[in-house]
Order: sequence, then structure tokens, then C-alpha cells
Amino acid sequence: MPKTSKRIYLDYAATTPVDSRVIKVMLSYFSERFGNTMSLHSFGQEAKQALEESREVVGSLIKTKPTEIIFTGSGTESNNLALKGIAFANRKNGRHIIISQIEHPSVLEAAKWLESQGFKITKLPVDRHGLINLNNLKKAIKKDTILVSIIHANNEIGTIQRISEIGKICKGKGVYFHTDATQSFGKVPIDVNKMNIDLLTANSHKMYGPKGAACLFVREGTKIEPLLHGGGHEAGLRSSTVNVAAIAGFAEAARICKREMKKEVKRLIKLRDKLIKGVLEKIEESHLNGHPKKRLPNNTNFWFSFVEGESLVIQLDLLGISASTGSACSSAKLEPSHVLLAIGSKPHQAHGSLRLTLGRWTKEKDIDYVLKVLPGIIGRLRKISPFKKR
Amino acid sequence: MNTLYSKEIMKHFRHPRNVGKMKNYDGLGKIGNLLCGDILWLYIKVGKDKKGREIIKKASFSTFGCTIAIANSSLITTMIKGKTLGEAMKITKEKLLKRLGKVPPFKIHCSLLAVDGLSEAIYDYFLKNKKEIPKELQKRHERIQKHLKIIEERYKEYVSLEKKILEK
Repeated sequence: MPKTSKRIYLDYAATTPVDSRVIKVMLSYFSERFGNTMSLHSFGQEAKQALEESREVVGSLIKTKPTEIIFTGSGTESNNLALKGIAFANRKNGRHIIISQIEHPSVLEAAKWLESQGFKITKLPVDRHGLINLNNLKKAIKKDTILVSIIHANNEIGTIQRISEIGKICKGKGVYFHTDATQSFGKVPIDVNKMNIDLLTANSHKMYGPKGAACLFVREGTKIEPLLHGGGHEAGLRSSTVNVAAIAGFAEAARICKREMKKEVKRLIKLRDKLIKGVLEKIEESHLNGHPKKRLPNNTNFWFSFVEGESLVIQLDLLGISASTGSACSSAKLEPSHVLLAIGSKPHQAHGSLRLTLGRWTKEKDIDYVLKVLPGIIGRLRKISPFKKR
Repeated sequence: MNTLYSKEIMKHFRHPRNVGKMKNYDGLGKIGNLLCGDILWLYIKVGKDKKGREIIKKASFSTFGCTIAIANSSLITTMIKGKTLGEAMKITKEKLLKRLGKVPPFKIHCSLLAVDGLSEAIYDYFLKNKKEIPKELQKRHERIQKHLKIIEERYKEYVSLEKKILEK
């Protein structure tokens, strides 16, 4: 698919290329079926029909009713809508919200802002693999708790939470449960009813759809306020002229994921485990971050002693491999990744972290190439490092 | 090609010059901290030129850090070789930045590591050889040490960890 020649893209958790089958579907919505979904004429109704079909397809992936899908412009927007929307609609019942320490910044920062507005936030810690403790969660839920928001699969270390158990606890206590499923939607099976999820964030550009389309599943009967007021689109929860092309692309991407999920999960797990095994065997003092089993099929995250991750990513880039790191040196804030610190990594361990995330176009020969060149790069950087002479 | 960094930075990052610890060095500057992620050890060997002035005969470095930290460590060792100590001390942060080319704003502080490392290496040489330490150098040394102390105070746990790793 993507004609990026000799570059090997292993940063699928950051974003994915758009599948050509998705682009094909999208094209007609730019100049032919370009109508405004609110218009009464046939252009408008064509667009409206595409929107409603998309709602059904996207919802079917996680077993929702079509009307429970609210399309938004980004995962960040969906997370903001979930937290702020629930907080303001339910503040008469309480002002306490529970999240985890390893949420995406869009949840962390929204929660921080809510704190400034008089809400109370509890951040649950995680164990060394990135799992929250279910007893801690039970204890944390108080009379005034209105929402629990726990990320389904973490974007950095790939750890998948015990989401069904969390859902059950929340249901038992009568609090809303939101999960940010940006990384897991379309990659692993999700059933919002069996898992007792009330709100769920999903995002198109992490699953081979275009950027600019995402959604929030909102269970029927949930009390929630919109962030955007206006023409009353998306059942009044998200006013804005609907980006039909992107949403139709999102739906097509969801359709493909649904159809190919079983096979793809198997294929990716095989490649992922080969990569993990190879790295740990070939490179001295290399370690795996995240859960050994409960992890996304496409996620690997390592840390290497005596090596700094930013320079490692640039070295890999020079050899055509696109990767990512949680090193402080790579962030504008110059702070190590909050996720790695939360699982107990010391700053120097977080500095030496490397995330390689696989996807639809990752081949076994790509993994072989990484395994061939990575030990040499690590060796070179260690030679420069004052920590250890090799 | 990655356009995050300038050609000069990438040149030194890909092929760093003067890498490694130096035996029988005359001055060693240790700078940086694990918390921010950059550590530089800069070694100098001092000799005399034909006019009898003290010059830097050799320089080398060991760096744990990001692309820019490695690149500017390498760059500064090439800049100071053959220079008198006085000339070397005149290499300012601005001069180094100019040589490095485009630096992302939040990475500027990493580019300054090498200047402080050099300053500390020369200070170490003066101190060991019981030479009179120029006022400017003394001031710089105090500023660097003060900064180090603040970090040590703030992150006691990590600093002791750093020592443990380095002693390995």
C-alpha cells in the first residue's frame, strides 16, 4: 500500500496510513456527494444517508445502537466531551471523577481543568505492568463519584485493562464508566454491553481511516452536556457541519477492521512476539515495558540501559525505521513519559525507552531488519555513553 | 531525510569525533544529570605550542543523551583542539548554537551542555595544577555547581541512583 519505499513505519500507535479502500470510498464525498446533512434537498439527503449508514457500521464494531454513536472531530474531542459533558450534566449528583495515572493527555488535562472548576479527581495508580488494582477502584468510588474513566489499552505500553471487571464494578456502584479505546478500537473485540461500558472513545486515524473523524459512544439514557452548541447536529451533542467524507472513511475503515480482525490479530501477535523475543535475546540489558500478555497485538515497548531514547529514534530514522520514545529529551516539556513513571520506571529507564508499534503493512522481513540493525545502533550509542564501556 | 535537525548536527551525530574516555587527561568536566537525560564527560589534554602558550592538545567526550547533546559534544571537541585555554574559554553558547544551525527551541538547553562541560574541564585543569583561576571561569564554575546542587536537592533519590549506575 503506502509507497514510502525503503522506510519501515513502526509507529502505528501515533497514526496510520489511510487504506486505499478507504480513500476510494471517501472520494465521492468531496465533489459529488458533498451536501450538508441538514439540507432538505437530495444533496443533503445523500449526505445524511451516508452519515447514518456510517453510524451503524461504526457502532456495529462494538455492538451499539446506531443512535448511540456521536461523531466528533478527534479522539481528544471525544475524551473532552465524555469528561466535561458528564461532569457538568451530573454535578448535582456529585463532583468526584476517577481516572488512572496512565490516561492519554486529553483525559488527564480535561480532568485537571475540571479540578479547577471545583471537581475532585482521583488518579488511580497502576502496577508495574500498567494495570489498575480493582480493589483500589472499588474503594475509590464514593457516594459523590459520577464518572470513572479508564483507558482501555494504553497508547505507550499497550497494556489492556480488565475492562469487563471495571465495567461490572461501575455498574454495581451506579457510576458512569467511560473508556478511551482509541488504541484498541478495531484491533481487539469490544462489546459495550457485555463489558458494561457507558461511554467509549474511538478514533479513525489509528485504524487506517482519515484524520479528523472520531466518535464517542454514549449509552442511551446517559446524562451528558455538549461542548459545542449550535445547529444541533449529532443529537444536539456536537453541533458542527458534519464532515461526511471523513466519517464515511472512518466507517469503511471500521468495516475492514471488523472483517479482517481475527486474522490480523493472529498475524500481528506472531510478529510482535518475534520482535519482543528477538530484542530481548539479542540485546544485553534490554527490558520489556508493559504487560507480557495483556497487551495490544501491535505494541512493543522496550527500555535499554545506558542509551537515551531520542538519539535512538533519530539513529533508527537514519536507517529508515520510524519509532517513538518516552524519553524526556523527546518531549517539549522535557519530562519523561508519565506512563513509564507510573509503572515505576526511574527517569533514566524512561529515557532509554523505545516504542515500536506494528500495523497492517508490517511484514516479517521488516521485523527481521529491525532485529538486524538495532543491536548495532544500541552498541554504538552505548560506546558513546559514559555509563558503560562495551 | 529527517529535517528536525540541521546538517551540522546530523553530521556530528552520525559520525561523532573524539569519542571515548581519555587516559592521563589533564582536565575533566562532568556535566548534566540523569533527570533531564543528558550527561557529558569532557576530557582535555593540555600541552604547549611553539610560543610556549598552553593549548588543548587533545579533547574527547562520553555522552549519554539526545541527538543534540551528542552532536555538540563532538563539535566542541573539534573546535577546541589546538586552541589556547583563553581562546577555548571564549567559545560561548551563542557561538556553539551558531555553528549547530537550526535547533528546535526546547532543545536549546541541551546545546549548552558542551560549553559548560568545557568550562568545567578547564577549571579542573587549573585547580589540579594549582594555577590561578580566572575570575570569569570561577564565576561559571560556581553557577554550574549551584545549579547541580539545586537539582541534587530536588531529586535526591535519582542523584544517588545516578551515582550507583556510574560506579558500576
